Amino acid sequence: MNLHNIFDVSIIALSRNKTRALLTSLGIIIGVASVILLISIGEGLKAYINGQFESMGTNVLMVMPGKMTGQGGPGMTVNKLTFKLSDQLSKKAKYVKFVSPMIMSQTKIKYRDVNYDTSVLGLDPNYVDAMNYPAQIGRSFSSAEADRSAKVVVLGPTVVKKVFKLEDPIGKYITMLDKRFLVIGIAKAQGSALGQDDDDRVMVPITTLRGLLDTDRLNAISIKTDPEVDIDLAKQSVIDIMLKNKLDTDQFSVNSAEELLATINGILGALTLGLAGIAAISLIVGGIGIMNIMLVSVTERTREIGLRKAVGAQPKDILIQFLIEAVVLSLLGGLIGVAIGALGSYALSFFLQTSVTLWSIALAFGFSSAIGIIFGVWPARKASKLSPIDALRYE
Amino acid sequence: MDGVTVTALAGIDLDIYPGDFLAILGPSGSGKSTLMHIAGFLDKPTSGDVYINGQKVFGFSESRLADIRNKTIGFIFQQFNLLPRTSSLDNVALPLVYSRVSETNRKAKAAAMLDLVGLSERMKNHPNQLSGGQQQRVAIARALVNDPQIIFADEPTGNLDSKSGDEIMAFLTELNKQGRTIILVTHEQEVADHAHRTVYIKDGRIISDKISLKKKSSIAAR
Repeated sequence: MNLHNIFDVSIIALSRNKTRALLTSLGIIIGVASVILLISIGEGLKAYINGQFESMGTNVLMVMPGKMTGQGGPGMTVNKLTFKLSDQLSKKAKYVKFVSPMIMSQTKIKYRDVNYDTSVLGLDPNYVDAMNYPAQIGRSFSSAEADRSAKVVVLGPTVVKKVFKLEDPIGKYITMLDKRFLVIGIAKAQGSALGQDDDDRVMVPITTLRGLLDTDRLNAISIKTDPEVDIDLAKQSVIDIMLKNKLDTDQFSVNSAEELLATINGILGALTLGLAGIAAISLIVGGIGIMNIMLVSVTERTREIGLRKAVGAQPKDILIQFLIEAVVLSLLGGLIGVAIGALGSYALSFFLQTSVTLWSIALAFGFSSAIGIIFGVWPARKASKLSPIDALRYE
Repeated sequence: MDGVTVTALAGIDLDIYPGDFLAILGPSGSGKSTLMHIAGFLDKPTSGDVYINGQKVFGFSESRLADIRNKTIGFIFQQFNLLPRTSSLDNVALPLVYSRVSETNRKAKAAAMLDLVGLSERMKNHPNQLSGGQQQRVAIARALVNDPQIIFADEPTGNLDSKSGDEIMAFLTELNKQGRTIILVTHEQEVADHAHRTVYIKDGRIISDKISLKKKSSIAAR
């Protein structure tokens, strides 16, 4: 009996019990769909973050308070990054094109009767150019405005949507930190990932924010290095200056964009695999469901098996027939699962970036057919070992 | 009946020759079906040997036995044992599936067999759309499709009215005339009368082995 024939026999047997076949595949469907969905979220997050870093350029160093290890984010240490330090770096560090300090704070903004909570970013005008982060509509603030601590603001697209609705915000005034700010531009949309919306913020000159918050602490210093020179030389120079300014090695961290990216990708990769692994457990549960229904099917069709054997079916013909049924069930589940997972990922893409990758589909398919074979072997062997006469006598 | 040993057959010594029309006759529980199953390679004896064409079958692999059942033997059962929700044509073609015959040839051969049993109009019908007699004729077509030397018929008329039963017996007689060995299992003397040789079996033992007087001449001529 060639494979083509056995395949037909299996399909016919399954199509007689469509509801049962579908219900049996449900475990696999849910498992595959969740594996695909979780991997697509993880991959989407990775793609989003990589995109962000790419737009920043590669010759960028980020100085942050606290120690950053390969395994986690900044630790809880006293912030020793100051404006003075930033000036020192700007003057003394080698191979550096410019140094841009950054302050970040939570704030409430008010426009007419609308109150809105968001975060305010104090940026150097250089930063905006350097990070390829210009205003989409209107303009960014100039060095002159920064020098005189002008109360001008660039809004993130989400803030515009929430506060101004359909109104054109350019030229309007908002109230923030008890001062009136002139809206001069709307920032280019950055997108969001896992609930973190990078468009839900406003940007003002750092000099302005420093004066209003009356702080000397920086949240970060970003440094654009000379693209002609190895970034590690610039990094070493920055570290040397930090140490000379009496900072301990565990009070700051200097990372190139690539290092940060590698760290983040490492974390995301582990997270994605972990989540997919949990989802894969439901595939095993699905496999047990298939085994269960195949055992029922073997019992129900005992007479059929007996007859097939009486007219000359080899034990391996029967084995393959039932094995194919199990594999078809699990592949059917895999197929529907991939479709549902892809649809779900498409639906989610309206809220956060997702990306269905070929390898995740291949993985889900491979896994589900393997499940079919593994959990189909026992019932199929049971069928193939039935004695023809016992099977024919079965009532 | 786990744990209880039941002796279905004992001391059986039976030779069946090519072209025989043999009836195994006995009351229910006599062991006649078991004898047929062993002779038909559906079952293995606890002890003793079975020979086919001079070859000892004992120790044959499952796969070898399946091959003998497929090519050398055709079975006809009391319950017909057709696959439900499957057309007559596909039912008849089933043994060919297991002898690796191509689909086109399978359909052609199965159609020819259905024509032979007078059911060429019923090829697409499923068993539940056929009468008992028609179902048994489909089963005969299936038994014949691989052109076997031996036909085993286990109470072939047991579930049929007498008219259909007579038709089936006429078929078997005709097949025997064409040179096939027919082994018929029955508990009815009337059915056994169609055969040329009757083995009477009771409590697992052969009581008598008679060649029918009126058919003696044809046997002698063999």
